[in-house]
Amino acid sequence: MNKTTITAFAAGLVFGLGLLLSGMANPEKVLAFLDLAGNWDPSLALVMAGAIAVGLPVFTWAKGRQKSLLDEPLKIPTSNDIDRPLVVGSLLFGAGWGLAGFCPGPAVVATGAGELKAVVFTLAMLVGMTAFQALQRQPQPA
Amino acid sequence: MTIDWNAFTPWSALAGGALIGLASALLLLANGRIAGISGILGGLLARQAGETSWRLAFTVGLLAIPSLWLLFAQLPPIHIEAGYPVLVAAGLLVGIGTRYGSGCTSGHGVCGLSRLSPRSLVATLCFMGAGFATVFAVRHLLGA
Repeated sequence: MNKTTITAFAAGLVFGLGLLLSGMANPEKVLAFLDLAGNWDPSLALVMAGAIAVGLPVFTWAKGRQKSLLDEPLKIPTSNDIDRPLVVGSLLFGAGWGLAGFCPGPAVVATGAGELKAVVFTLAMLVGMTAFQALQRQPQPA
Repeated sequence: MTIDWNAFTPWSALAGGALIGLASALLLLANGRIAGISGILGGLLARQAGETSWRLAFTVGLLAIPSLWLLFAQLPPIHIEAGYPVLVAAGLLVGIGTRYGSGCTSGHGVCGLSRLSPRSLVATLCFMGAGFATVFAVRHLLGA
């Protein structure tokens, strides 16, 4: 097994640990954060704050580099277009997030915890992704 | 708005967030890739040559962490209120929306904001706004 596979596995473990510890993997807590008009639990704002506090210096440092520390090409998105797919896609995603309280990472972690409802959500999500990607590969009508 | 101080868990939220940032930093520094979960899953489904093993390894890490946690302590609560039809609809929306919008809470919300991407800021405002609006509609307009 090469080094990049091991570091990716370690990153997945630490990412999942963060989701479990923070409460992000618990849809009840996510929905309590999204319920501004109810009994609001502001905790999850701090998850994003904590993540960005660590991420900001590292991503800033990486900006000028071409290669990762393991000599892999550094693939950082370059697009700056604020277009319709970005906005419409994110709105659809947010609606689904607000319905169930799951976004992709927590759904995978809760699937790993053996939660049947998380398995169902994750399968539906993968079907949605596959369907969208299949449609995108179709040749565009002239 | 009333704040539910009993449910407020600032320290575990901050520490968990820091771990998420650390994992994203590790994937960037070692692998040169963005820790965006929807992108990783979508890439796995599309089977891009040379990009499968790291994506699979990251996903296995996410799946394995609850079992590893159980070796040391009980798992924290995972309460899923939604019924199955809602879960299927929500899953489809999240799957389609994250691919159409090129990212989710991790790729846009954590990595994108960390690199000060205006695109990710717009995406994050959109999905947070839609999330707030959906919960408001379900809980306070429909009264579910």
